[in-house]
Amino acid sequence: MWKWLHPYANPEVSYHFTGKLIPWLSALTALFLSIGITWALAFAPADYQQGDSFRIFYLHVPAASLSMGIYVGMAIAAFTSMVWQFKLADASAAAMAPVGATFTAIALITGAAWGKPMWGTWWIWDARLTSELILLFLYLGVIALHNAFEDKNLAGKAAGILTLVGVINIPIIKYSVEWWNTLHQGSTVSKLGKPSMSIDMLWPFLFCFLGFALLVATIICIRFRSEILARNSIRPWVRALVAEHLLQEKNNAV
Amino acid sequence: MQFDSFSAFINMGGYGFYVWLSFGVSTALILALIVSSMMAHTQVIKDIAVRQQREAKLRQVRSKHKENQNSQTNTPNEITQ
Repeated sequence: MWKWLHPYANPEVSYHFTGKLIPWLSALTALFLSIGITWALAFAPADYQQGDSFRIFYLHVPAASLSMGIYVGMAIAAFTSMVWQFKLADASAAAMAPVGATFTAIALITGAAWGKPMWGTWWIWDARLTSELILLFLYLGVIALHNAFEDKNLAGKAAGILTLVGVINIPIIKYSVEWWNTLHQGSTVSKLGKPSMSIDMLWPFLFCFLGFALLVATIICIRFRSEILARNSIRPWVRALVAEHLLQEKNNAV
Repeated sequence: MQFDSFSAFINMGGYGFYVWLSFGVSTALILALIVSSMMAHTQVIKDIAVRQQREAKLRQVRSKHKENQNSQTNTPNEITQ
């Protein structure tokens, strides 16, 4: 039933497949993000309590939930690589880490810029904010480990162990607003239940969320391809690809 | 449209600084990530090309060295004769 997946375990097939995906993904990203951001900034109604500062929500929430989502994806990849010695999984985990770190930083910065007018402080050491900061450090640790070893298999193993240990932080972030008293408000968009949000605020949010998710997918694809090349540099298909690239560059120069 | 004028849009009901700070920093970080990811891709290809050229040169030198050694000692022709 799942046999059609098998060819994608081949680095060359994956490389060309993601190469074909990138134009589509980036076009959809541009479409959804331009609609979503314009809607969020200019057309969505202001919050009755928070006024226009509420518009930060459309950046903050997608960035924060994607920062956790990417981590879960990275952990699944690390687990797959560790158990089944599946080399491509290491490449994808290495591709995801910098993207996750960037979105964690965005969640923290937009959160600070939202907290200052609403709570009166940029930062407070409460459960939600602190655990999200730890997530940023976990990402930075994983990136550092991936770059710390010349041998990419060894690097993947070390980074994978850190990734899997760090998974414990994800439920802590998710439930921190319920487990502890915190300044941070509870979740507004619950996916399965009824969202406690007016419909004309929910739609632009969905566009923004989908747009950012597509953006993440696009960047991960770009980085995944670089990781594949770096890990397979002695393979004949990579040699042919590099030779072709050099030839093209020479033709462009003439 | 929620705003009457462009200046009202920039002002964001008094929260302009915080809203534009958020959107500005996020845009900058995302653009930096996209640019660095694309540059990393061409850099990987260049690195592999440089390594291949170095290997090819080494192989050339090595085979020439072998040829010289062969011609100095008994050549294959003499052996066959």
